Amino acid sequence: MNPAEIRLTDLTLTHARRPAVHHVSGRFAPGSLTAVVGPNGAGKSTLLRALAGLHRPETGRIEGAAGQIALLPQAAAVDRAFPIACLDVVLFGLWGETGAFRAIGRAGRERARAALAAVGLAGFEARPAGSLSAGQFQRLLFARLLLQDAPVILLDEPFNALDARTAADLLAMVHRWHGEGRTVVAVLHDLDLVRREFPLSLLLARDCLGWGPTAEVLTAANRLRARMMAEAWAAEPEPCERRDAA
Amino acid sequence: MGCLALAAAAPPLGLFLMLRRMSLTADVLAHGILPGVAAGFLLAGLSLPVMAAGGLVAGLAVAVGAGALSRATGGREDASLAALYLVALATGVALVSWRGSAVELTTLLFGSVLGVDDAALLLMAGSSTVTLVALAFAWRPLVLECFDPGFAQAVGARGAWWHAGFLALVVLNLIAAFQALGTLMAVGLMMLPAIAARHWARQVGGMTYAAVAIAAASAYGGLLFSFHADVPSGPAVVLAAGFAWLLSVLCGPVDGLLPRLLRRPHLAG
Repeated sequence: MNPAEIRLTDLTLTHARRPAVHHVSGRFAPGSLTAVVGPNGAGKSTLLRALAGLHRPETGRIEGAAGQIALLPQAAAVDRAFPIACLDVVLFGLWGETGAFRAIGRAGRERARAALAAVGLAGFEARPAGSLSAGQFQRLLFARLLLQDAPVILLDEPFNALDARTAADLLAMVHRWHGEGRTVVAVLHDLDLVRREFPLSLLLARDCLGWGPTAEVLTAANRLRARMMAEAWAAEPEPCERRDAA
Repeated sequence: MGCLALAAAAPPLGLFLMLRRMSLTADVLAHGILPGVAAGFLLAGLSLPVMAAGGLVAGLAVAVGAGALSRATGGREDASLAALYLVALATGVALVSWRGSAVELTTLLFGSVLGVDDAALLLMAGSSTVTLVALAFAWRPLVLECFDPGFAQAVGARGAWWHAGFLALVVLNLIAAFQALGTLMAVGLMMLPAIAARHWARQVGGMTYAAVAIAAASAYGGLLFSFHADVPSGPAVVLAAGFAWLLSVLCGPVDGLLPRLLRRPHLAG
C-alpha cells in the first residue's frame, strides 16, 4: 500500500454559506492513523465527505486524496429494508474494479466470502441484509470496505451503538489496515478509546484546535475551548467573518 | 400476446419503483402521458403513432418536471406529485372531451383489446425487448442506487443518470401499455404484481421472477374475463392483478397474514 500524503490548505467547507469547517490547514501523513474528535456540529463528517470528494470546498484546497479513498459514512444513508443478500452487499466493494458492467467472476466471489469471514460473518452469504442486527450490519459494511482495498480509509463514527465485542473486532480491523500501511482517519466520540488506540488526533470545532500526537491535542484546556466554541454557535451561528477582516 | 410482452417487462420496473418508495411517481407518470396522448388524439384521431409520440413527450416532460419540482420544493415530493397528476388528468380528460365522444374517452382511459392492431403489438413487443435488455445492463447500478445511494455517489456510479434512464423506461412501458390497458390502468400491471411479489421472495432477483409470473397470469386471466364478461380490458387485467395481490397478502410465505396466524410459538412442537 502506498497512500499519498493528503494536504489541506486553508480549507473552508460550508453548508448554505455557514462554515462547517473553518480555515483548516494540515496534513495526513501516508500510513498515519488519526482520530477526528470534537463536539456535534464541529464539521467532522463534512471534513470526511470533502476528503472523499463528495463536498466541494468553499475556499482552500485538498490535495492528494483523489481516487484512493474508501469512506464509511454514518449508517443512516443505507436503505436497510432493501431485499438484498449479504454477499451481494459486500460485492459492491468491487465497484472500483468492475464498474457497472464487468463480470465479477469466481475470484471476486471468493474474496467477498473471505471478507465476510474476516469480519465474523462467515455463513451469512445468502442472508438478507435487512435481517442483520445493527452490529452485524456494521460488520457487513466493514467487509465491503475490505473488498474496496483502498489506500486511504475514512470512517465516520464506526463504533457507534455497537457492543464491546463488535467494537473490539472492528477496531482490530482498523489496526490491521494501519499495519498494512494504509492511511486511516476515523471520526470518534469516545475519548478514552482515542487516547488508548489512536496515535494522532485532530480536534475540530469548526476551527482546528489541535492536530498532532493525541496526548498533546486532547488536553483539558483544548477540550474546554472546544466546548465553549460549540456553545457559542448555539447562541448565534454567524456567517464567515475572517475573510472580511483579512 | 401483447399483454404477455408487457407482463414480462413492466413488473421489474414496478419492483424498483416500489423499492425506491416511488409507487406514487409511477401513478403520476401514467397520468402525465394522458395530456400528450389526448393532444395526439386531437391532431390525428385514434392514430397510434401520433398518440404514442404525444404521450412519450408528455411523460418525459412530467418525469423531468417532477424531479425538478421535488428539488425546488425541498423534498416534499408526495404533495407536489399529487398536485401534478390531478392537473394532468384534468387536462387530458378536458382535451379529449373537447372533440371526442364518451366512447373514445373511455377507450383512452381504460383501454380496449379490440383497439390493439399490429402496430400496437409491435410497439409492445419492441418496448418490452428494449426494457429487458436495458434492465439486464443497468441491474447492478440500479440495485446499488436503491440500496445505498451514498455509496453509489462515493464510488462515482452516476446514480442520477441511471435513475433518469430508468424513468424513461417507465414512460416507454406506460406508452406501450396504454393502447391495451388505457392510460389510467397501464400502471396497474406495473405496480400490483411488484407489490404482490414482495410476499413471495426475500431478494430482488426472486421478486422479479415472481412479479413477472403474477403479471403474466393476471394479464391472461384479466383478458379472458374482459372478453367473456364484456368489461374494458384495463380494469379487468388490473382487477386480476389486484386479486393476485390480495391472495399474496393473505397466503404469501413472506409476511403473509395466514402464515403469520398459523405460525406456532417458537417453543411449541
